[in-house]
Amino acid sequence: MPRHDPNKIAMALPLKTADASQTEDLSDPKIVKFVVVKKREEQAKEEIMSFEQAMLPHLDAAHNLARWLLRNEQDAQDVVQEAYLRAFRSFSGFHGTNGRAWLLTIVRNTSYTLLKKNHAVDLTTNFDEEIHATGHDSVSPATILEHREDAQLIKEAMDELPAEFREILILRHQEGLSYKEIAGIAQIPSGTVMSRLARARARLKECLEARIGKEK
Amino acid sequence: MNCEEAIKLMDGYLDGELDPITNQAIEQHLRDCGRCDQAYKTHGSLIRAIGNATPYYKAPAGLRERIQSSLREEMAERPTHSVARDVQPLFSGRQPQPRTIPWETSWNWLALAAAVIFAAIIAWNLVPRLQRPGADQFLATQLIASHVRSLMANHLADVASSDQHTVKPWLDAKLDFAPAVVDLSQKGFPLIGGRLDYLDNRPVAALIYQRRKHFINLFVWPAGSDAARSTKTMTRQGYQLSHWIHSDLNYWAVSDINEKELQEFKQLFEEQIVPH
Repeated sequence: MPRHDPNKIAMALPLKTADASQTEDLSDPKIVKFVVVKKREEQAKEEIMSFEQAMLPHLDAAHNLARWLLRNEQDAQDVVQEAYLRAFRSFSGFHGTNGRAWLLTIVRNTSYTLLKKNHAVDLTTNFDEEIHATGHDSVSPATILEHREDAQLIKEAMDELPAEFREILILRHQEGLSYKEIAGIAQIPSGTVMSRLARARARLKECLEARIGKEK
Repeated sequence: MNCEEAIKLMDGYLDGELDPITNQAIEQHLRDCGRCDQAYKTHGSLIRAIGNATPYYKAPAGLRERIQSSLREEMAERPTHSVARDVQPLFSGRQPQPRTIPWETSWNWLALAAAVIFAAIIAWNLVPRLQRPGADQFLATQLIASHVRSLMANHLADVASSDQHTVKPWLDAKLDFAPAVVDLSQKGFPLIGGRLDYLDNRPVAALIYQRRKHFINLFVWPAGSDAARSTKTMTRQGYQLSHWIHSDLNYWAVSDINEKELQEFKQLFEEQIVPH
């Protein structure tokens, strides 16, 4: 489905006119101003509509990613709103077809801006391995899977992970994005996606094991 | 493939992100190696469990409306805040404000003043352009439509001839003016023929020239008495338009060739017109 009617857009935009010698009388500037304002209003309406049509369907995805990254509902909503504004400002430069990935990139960057501002220390993966690797080998994966309906357990384990792990797990498992799309959003080389995802899953498994171990 | 490699590629395999050859190699290894196959199964269930059990935070009610109204606000403020916008801090509501209020106020006033002056300059500069383009845009749309139509249906030429002395008399007989028809085949723009068309509320002549695989429609009709001696080039919907006036005739060339070639065409055409 085309987002714009090319004819309408073409009519609304000023022509690229390179005129050699045009000498027209200047008419009433008030009329011109009125025309300019009217034209701008129409363009604005169209711009907002086509933006909303393209981007609002991804609101849940945007909110989910921000919510997982920030671990806080209020921050997530602020970030999503800010991200939509940012997206709107650069929407004219977006010519791709993957609106969701484009929007999620902005949501992700906006989330990181806030995380950095709040000096959230979990941006990198310097995570205390020792606490979480204290020999829960006795807990088999089957035990974890018995708990798999336990959303709260997974949530707590996820929230323990560094942001870059949470992000990649959400993008893959909840949004079902391809490695290529994930690489674009997380701004890492495509070749890194698989290994980071593997590390993220392993770490999540450790966290789950640790939690199940504690419960016992 | 050995176990170490298989384990390393396991995530990519489970995600279906490996190339077919590597995929086959892993499958083969899993058939051969019970330990890896076991690891594959448990890892697979873990991945499914993550997918199933991780809560999905849907956007709460109200967020959509909040965004929609902030977009409209942004749009409304756009002319005055375009300068100051990017300086606004993120999340100003809940962050400490290091800037002093008087400075912010004066900055906003400056921005407003600058925007007003800027708008005035733009408005004045737009005056000459805004008026013509109304008519020009309409005409340009007609010209392109006519060009496209001529290529779409089997109706490029009413009189198909590369001979200017065939095309010109044919057109002269049908019209109340005598358009110049020149032969540019030596210069790489062979004449294909002529056609009658209807543009700008009057019958016009259309000359068709070819440039490699591309066609140029050259529309010709008498210029009104009020027509200024103007030359224009435009780009519209990927088409090049070139306009000029010669001996009281309007010429509009429309084509999908590039601007440079169309200008070359125009120049050659004008050079070849012999006063009769």
